Amino acid sequence: MSRIGVFLCHCGTNIAATVDMTRLAEATKELPGVVYVEENKYMCSEPGQQAVKQSIIDRGIDRIVIASCSPRMHELTFRKMLTDTSVNPYMLEIANIREQCSWVHKDKEAGTKKAIDLVRMAVAKVDRNAPLFTSEIPITKRALVIGGGIAGIQAALDIADAGFPVTLVEKEPSIGGKMVMLDKTFPTMDCSACICAPKMNDVGAHPNIEIMSLSEVEEVTGYVGNFTVTIRQKAKYIDYDLCTGCGLCEQKCPSKVTSEYERGLAKRKAVYKPFAQAVPSKPIIDAKNCRKFTEDRCGVCEKLCTVNAIRFDDEDKLVTLEYGAVIIATGYELIDWTSLYGEYGAGAYPDVIDGLTFERIINASGPTEGHIVRPSDGKEPKTVVMIKCVGSRDPHKGKAYCSRACCMYGAKHAHQFLDKIADGECYVFYMDVRAMGKGYDEFYMNTLQDGATYIRGRVAKIYPEGDKYICIGEDTISSKIVTVSADLVVLDTAMEPQESADAIGRLFGVSRDLDGWLTEAHPKLRPVETNTAGVYLAGTAQGPKDIPDCVAQASAAAAKVIGMFCLKALESNPMISVVDEINCRGCGDCVDVCPYKAIAMETVERRENSVWVTRDIAVINSGLCQGCGACTASCKSSALDLLGFTNEQILQEVDALCL
Amino acid sequence: MSLEQAVEAPQKTAAEAAEVAEDWRPKILAFTCNWCTYAGADLAGLNRMNYPADVRLLRLPCSGRVNPQFVLHAFQKGCDGVLVCGCHPGDCHYSTGNYFTRRRMLLYRRYLEYLGIEPERFQIRWISGSEAGKFRDTVVDACEAVAKLGPNTKYREEGR
Ligand SMILES: Cc1cc2nc3c(=O)[nH]c(=O)nc-3n(C[C@H](O)[C@H](O)[C@H](O)COP(=O)(O)OP(=O)(O)OC[C@H]3O[C@@H](n4cnc5c(N)ncnc54)[C@H](O)[C@@H]3O)c2cc1C
Repeated sequence: MSRIGVFLCHCGTNIAATVDMTRLAEATKELPGVVYVEENKYMCSEPGQQAVKQSIIDRGIDRIVIASCSPRMHELTFRKMLTDTSVNPYMLEIANIREQCSWVHKDKEAGTKKAIDLVRMAVAKVDRNAPLFTSEIPITKRALVIGGGIAGIQAALDIADAGFPVTLVEKEPSIGGKMVMLDKTFPTMDCSACICAPKMNDVGAHPNIEIMSLSEVEEVTGYVGNFTVTIRQKAKYIDYDLCTGCGLCEQKCPSKVTSEYERGLAKRKAVYKPFAQAVPSKPIIDAKNCRKFTEDRCGVCEKLCTVNAIRFDDEDKLVTLEYGAVIIATGYELIDWTSLYGEYGAGAYPDVIDGLTFERIINASGPTEGHIVRPSDGKEPKTVVMIKCVGSRDPHKGKAYCSRACCMYGAKHAHQFLDKIADGECYVFYMDVRAMGKGYDEFYMNTLQDGATYIRGRVAKIYPEGDKYICIGEDTISSKIVTVSADLVVLDTAMEPQESADAIGRLFGVSRDLDGWLTEAHPKLRPVETNTAGVYLAGTAQGPKDIPDCVAQASAAAAKVIGMFCLKALESNPMISVVDEINCRGCGDCVDVCPYKAIAMETVERRENSVWVTRDIAVINSGLCQGCGACTASCKSSALDLLGFTNEQILQEVDALCL
Repeated sequence: MSLEQAVEAPQKTAAEAAEVAEDWRPKILAFTCNWCTYAGADLAGLNRMNYPADVRLLRLPCSGRVNPQFVLHAFQKGCDGVLVCGCHPGDCHYSTGNYFTRRRMLLYRRYLEYLGIEPERFQIRWISGSEAGKFRDTVVDACEAVAKLGPNTKYREEGR
């Protein structure tokens, strides 16, 4: 028989004014199992808590009900209080007689009756409470950062600087992401390479960071504090332990291939570093285009390499490592406008380009050394048209969302063009100008001062005429059709999630929104966490944003990881699902409804009715289960139950209400 | 009592049901999720909103925790109305729990109607933590609707 103590809080007059506490106490004393009832003006105060603790000792109480404010307010307070007593912190129920009773019912009679019901329900429930114990989950204090763009770089540096080892996995041969392709960055116009490259070098040289370039995550098991991750390191055909990065192989390689980094505006070799400042600063061999692989000829690099670092027989390697936390920073791609915008030539006009290509053209270290020229004929364009929101804010063709960086880089490009070509003309077609960052509106205003012509409206069609491109659109302010004869057209295309976001999301149990961006646990209050404990988001993997926002989010995610790593161990939530193995019939329905991938089917051999049987049963991973209880309602054989909210407890409450 | 037994169980006669006491008030149980509706109800308290005292909340982590059997059990034991309330679809604290609630409970509501329980007695509502007003309105509406119907007699255990 349980020995229940019920503690009735007056909350000053907050409760006592509209609930007859004496009647409540009298009624409570009659309830089965209740051995003691006490009233107090402020149960949550220090003396109030002392009184509860003393009564527990004096009256041999083994579980308590506190009738007070909402459990959302003080459940934790009273649980903490119980840790100093002989009573298990989970042998506690709270009857919410303030927010849901005294504050909302003016009629004292009705309010008192309801308070009695609420206390009776809590008493009935606590009667079936069982002690629950948190366990300590050890933490592997090593972080995995996926994606080496500016977000991944920042996160890795922050965690490594705090003294914890980090693995930075990047699928390309070098880290740097999109930022390292940019020329200058708004609004300060500092050269992107000058602020990004030093950070890349810091990563490369950091004793706590291991870069795994040309690598991708292949498999993940485990849970917060203890993820086991298998990473595929693709064959680079070069032994990085020996290679000095002298570059001789690249110089002498006879195979020329279109450079991805230069957006198709230049060639690279088959053995190559994607760009000069690449980190790691060592080349890889592109086997698809290397003559040794395609024709079994050449091998010049192998002959010339002074340290014998070339390995034509190199193979993919799988490495498996333990991590305590993961940051996903897989970034964005630009939308493939060519498949969507037939009216802009669908990619057939060489001088209709996207923003990143323009970045390479104006970049001093780019293929044209920063001279603005047309890709088709190398001539300097005099009239440039820039079109914003290509694919953004256009639910019919592209995406409904705003890509957030384009208004600003559009202004940046206009400014840069007018700066470099004194007699140039720049027309910017826009829907709105969204310049809401620090110093952003001033930047946009300066671009107008520079002489850029902003036309509110979309371009409806582009067609070539001679060596010009005729852009026709509507100026929606004057309601007139505008026609511009342009030499070069730059499309500010929408950002969209990386192709691999889907696979990454699935591996880590992180959901994606309708547009495919990885979703945070709460859009306002948990912006860098995900619904998988221990997995965080940084940068554009979570949604379109510019560099300052990426960096801020990356540091926030890193702070979360560092915070966790500073703990001795994690405390597990004991209110989780449990399986009754006898009743589980192995249908697996629960596996499908679990949002945390916390349930797996396991084949077990067990003795039942004196015979050995082999069958499937559900097994709960206590590290992953968050205690929502969705599985319990899906279980046809009632084999699943949720600790803290068991079927029995709930039915007891219902019964108590109906007495 | 299983559902099959419940269907077989003797029903109160119309005459018995007609004897409704003067001061009878409906007994309504609301299963609410901890994160949205329970928080919305707390906010209604914080705002000192006023609503009838006929609804009792039973706090669960998620509306997805509500087993349809709990609902039937409540009617059997003497509840006149049952509400299942959770976060708005798409806002579930556990990402997907209330999607299951929505499907399961809407189907169950039609089933209960088929069994003879008026649909007004069993309602599913999405109330966020900020929708104190919606919580109050839901309670007011539910109390009014169930009061109009009178005590539930269907599947009620004898003596309840
Ligand atoms: C034309 C243009 C100009 C811009 N100009 C500016 C500007 O002036 N100022 C500004 O603030 N912002 C600007 N931006 C926005 C800026 O580019 C982004 O905010 C920023 O670069 C995003 O960084 P990120 O790290 O989130 O993503 P990314 O730079 O995309 O990095 C993601 C990295 O993850 C890697 N990766 C992806 N998937 C995987 C995987 N599965 N496994 C391992 N690695 C993976 C990718 O290879 C990449 O290296 C501009 C954008 C464009 C398009």
